Amino acid sequence: MQTSGMQTRRMNNSFARGVLHVVGALVCGKLSFGESGAPSTSPTNIFAPASTPADSIFGLSLFVLAVTAAIFVVVASLLVYCVVKFKKRKDDDGREPAQVYGSNQVELAWTVIPVLIVAALFMATARVIATVQNPQPGNALEVIAVGHQFWWEYRYPRLQVVTANELHVPVSDPAHPTPTFIKLLSADTDHSFWVPRLAGKTDLIPNHPNSMWIDPHETGLYLGQCAQYCGTQHAKMLLRIYVQSQNDFDHWIQEQRQPGRRSTDASQGQRIFETTACMNCHTVAGTAANGRFGPDLTHLMSRDTIAAGAAPNTPENLRLWIRNPEAIKPGSLMPAMELNDQELDALTSYLETLR
Amino acid sequence: MSTEAIALPRTEPASRPFVDALHEWVTTVDHKRLGILYIVYALIFLVIGGVEATVLRIQLIRPHNDFVSPQVFNRMFTMHGTTMIFFVAMPLGFGFANYLIPLMIGARDMAFPRLNAFSFWLMAFGGFLLYFSLVGANGLYGAGNAPDVGWFAYAPLTSQTFSVGHSTDFWTLGLLVSGFGSIGTAINIIATVLCMRCPGMILGKMPLLAWLNLVMAGLVVLAVSPLTAAQLMLLVDRYLGGHFFDTQAGGSAVIWMHFFWIFGHPEVYVLVMPAFAFASEIIPVFSRKPIFGYPIMVGATVAIGFVSMSVWAHHMFTVGMSSAANTFFVLSTMAISVPTGIKIFNWLATMWGGKIEFKTPMLFCIAFLFQFLIAGLTGIMLSVAPFNWQLANSYFVVAHFHYVIVGGIMFMMFAAFYYWFPKMTGKMCSETLGKWHFWLFLIGFHLTFDFMHIPGLLGMPRRIYTYEPGRGWDTWNLIVTIGVFFQTIATLVFVVNLLWSYFKGKAAGNDPWDAWTLEWSTASPPPAYNFATIPEVKSRRPLWDLKHPNDPDWKYE
Repeated sequence: MQTSGMQTRRMNNSFARGVLHVVGALVCGKLSFGESGAPSTSPTNIFAPASTPADSIFGLSLFVLAVTAAIFVVVASLLVYCVVKFKKRKDDDGREPAQVYGSNQVELAWTVIPVLIVAALFMATARVIATVQNPQPGNALEVIAVGHQFWWEYRYPRLQVVTANELHVPVSDPAHPTPTFIKLLSADTDHSFWVPRLAGKTDLIPNHPNSMWIDPHETGLYLGQCAQYCGTQHAKMLLRIYVQSQNDFDHWIQEQRQPGRRSTDASQGQRIFETTACMNCHTVAGTAANGRFGPDLTHLMSRDTIAAGAAPNTPENLRLWIRNPEAIKPGSLMPAMELNDQELDALTSYLETLR
Repeated sequence: MSTEAIALPRTEPASRPFVDALHEWVTTVDHKRLGILYIVYALIFLVIGGVEATVLRIQLIRPHNDFVSPQVFNRMFTMHGTTMIFFVAMPLGFGFANYLIPLMIGARDMAFPRLNAFSFWLMAFGGFLLYFSLVGANGLYGAGNAPDVGWFAYAPLTSQTFSVGHSTDFWTLGLLVSGFGSIGTAINIIATVLCMRCPGMILGKMPLLAWLNLVMAGLVVLAVSPLTAAQLMLLVDRYLGGHFFDTQAGGSAVIWMHFFWIFGHPEVYVLVMPAFAFASEIIPVFSRKPIFGYPIMVGATVAIGFVSMSVWAHHMFTVGMSSAANTFFVLSTMAISVPTGIKIFNWLATMWGGKIEFKTPMLFCIAFLFQFLIAGLTGIMLSVAPFNWQLANSYFVVAHFHYVIVGGIMFMMFAAFYYWFPKMTGKMCSETLGKWHFWLFLIGFHLTFDFMHIPGLLGMPRRIYTYEPGRGWDTWNLIVTIGVFFQTIATLVFVVNLLWSYFKGKAAGNDPWDAWTLEWSTASPPPAYNFATIPEVKSRRPLWDLKHPNDPDWKYE
């Protein structure tokens, strides 16, 4: 995927990149505790790219930052010079200064130079647009991401896997790229898919399919969140991408393809699930529950978080989420289930068997 | 009883000073009074919008704060944005345009005085309608609430499915009504500038303020019309079964974006043109030099007007346009930086070789130049579509456009207040309070909006009522919120200054700044008829000619 031109530019940028990392570490270092184990910077820093689209953008942004910084230094210095040098003196003679009406030569100079700068910026930009918005290669992993108020549905159409809120993708070795292409759909309002270390954002718009791609170079957890206002709980529509080695990813896919596991001691909880409103919205593969409005729960316990990343997936949180979703995510579309304590316990134990 | 009946009836009605004054203000068609009405109206909404901003910032002072609920937060940012754009920045620009244009072109009023009053009251009622949502938006259920769809109200969040009750209707109708007012005022400004100039004032000798407002008014006509059309389409969708933006029935959410931003981007220039206009009048006077490169400034203004109509989709780089469309909008957006840069260079050249006096209006101008430079440079970063894929809808964008609107436009509005307050009231503003206002606001502005860029670079999206700890955003948000308190105090100083100066300020005289344009040749405040005899001009600086009969401008222009 990597063009040789891109590699050349990246090498040229290595010094600037180093400087920016140092500045970034100074600015952000002490203030964040990378959940993903990313080196001491923010886990969502756009200047710490780990995938080709984010990296192309990063290279271009360094060029743009350098050009704008140079313009800033020149013009701000002129302003400071004017203010200091042409201040009215205390011993002013009270006469008006020389009245100058303009100069065509000077005007021409400060028209032509900006035009040249714009031309350079434009060409660099056009090249990166073409690089990132390019067609899909045959060997890519295909994922469909569907934005819902306020969670993410993920479908792997060729692998027959459906999951929610935590996307798993394989790591991509630049020598043998295994990129992931994500088709972006929306079930209700506009959303935007933004994991800053992997790629820029692309919106999920109903009735307007979009796509994007990533090829993460390192394993780990990458964070992000919905970046287009989508309603009350826009803030807690968090994105989690687990980048795994090819083996771990294949193993995860194998597990996800199994039907939900049964456990006889949880039959009471299952009965509650299937006789209350739960099954209208949630699917548990292999059972009667096949609702599509909420997240698929077939392998709920394989996920680290619930409520689109809003809370860790612990039995206490699960119980609270069923009893009173407002306590975790006010305004979410999950209703309070109005169950008694015993029913809550039984339902929670059932959900804990969904591995 | 009978004896009283014999008494002669009074020949004059009882004196009712308050009612009479109110009646005069409500029924006025005088451009100066309407200008002041616009400005006072905008100042009231500035305070309301500022309170909303403060609520937003207190909520974001630390992660997982629960100062307000997500519902309240979403209403607050919707109302803050809508209020500040439509009911603060626009009426401020219109207010100064109304007040100044006839005075500066030697006319006795606007071309259509009654349309002028009608337009103001339409805009005023638009604002009241928007805020009436707090009482009436839930309709039959009693307690109302404000719109919560964001100030650009993307479809389909505004459809009946996702926005129940009437809050979105109040938003739509408020903007529809005030939009008609804006179009009326814009037509009036165009007619006034083109038809009402005094003898001798050809277009090329018009003050730059009139030129910039002419282009501004042209943009209002071109930009507000599509917004008005879109609001009507939204109403049809919501109540008459239309499907323009109804994605469930084959409508298009993207069409709303195009409609909104073909209004929304020229709107930025509608707001910034008055700021440019003030800078082009104030900087020369306090540098004691004529504006550098007048014809180029006019050309750049007209060029910005045209190009600004072709850049709207740079607000939509993330919606999945083709790479060809993205590339086109990168080019048109970058192109607009050239005439804008020319303007900055011309203002600098005006200061160059002058004798600069640092009165309060000039301090705001210098801060404007510095901040507008930075706003332009972050604008270039955002115009680079791939960089924009990272920055769009992040706090970097929020910081960028507040740099434009507060650091650029609001600072120049303050400069205009200090500069023309003596003309409007006949009293000088306090320089001491003015300088306190300037420095406090400058500190607050930079604390808030400089540091607001950083969480955006670290992945913080806008419009979130709370955020997770551990993302590196906490400290920056704390600093940003601290800056808000400085801005609040500074604004209080400003209001105190206006009130104190109005009642206790020194008399200003006709021409306190030793300036050169026609408004300074008449009394302060000007009489209802503006000029006893209509002036005749020979150059762009008629008062310079008057003060320097041996060295008049018209010999050199």
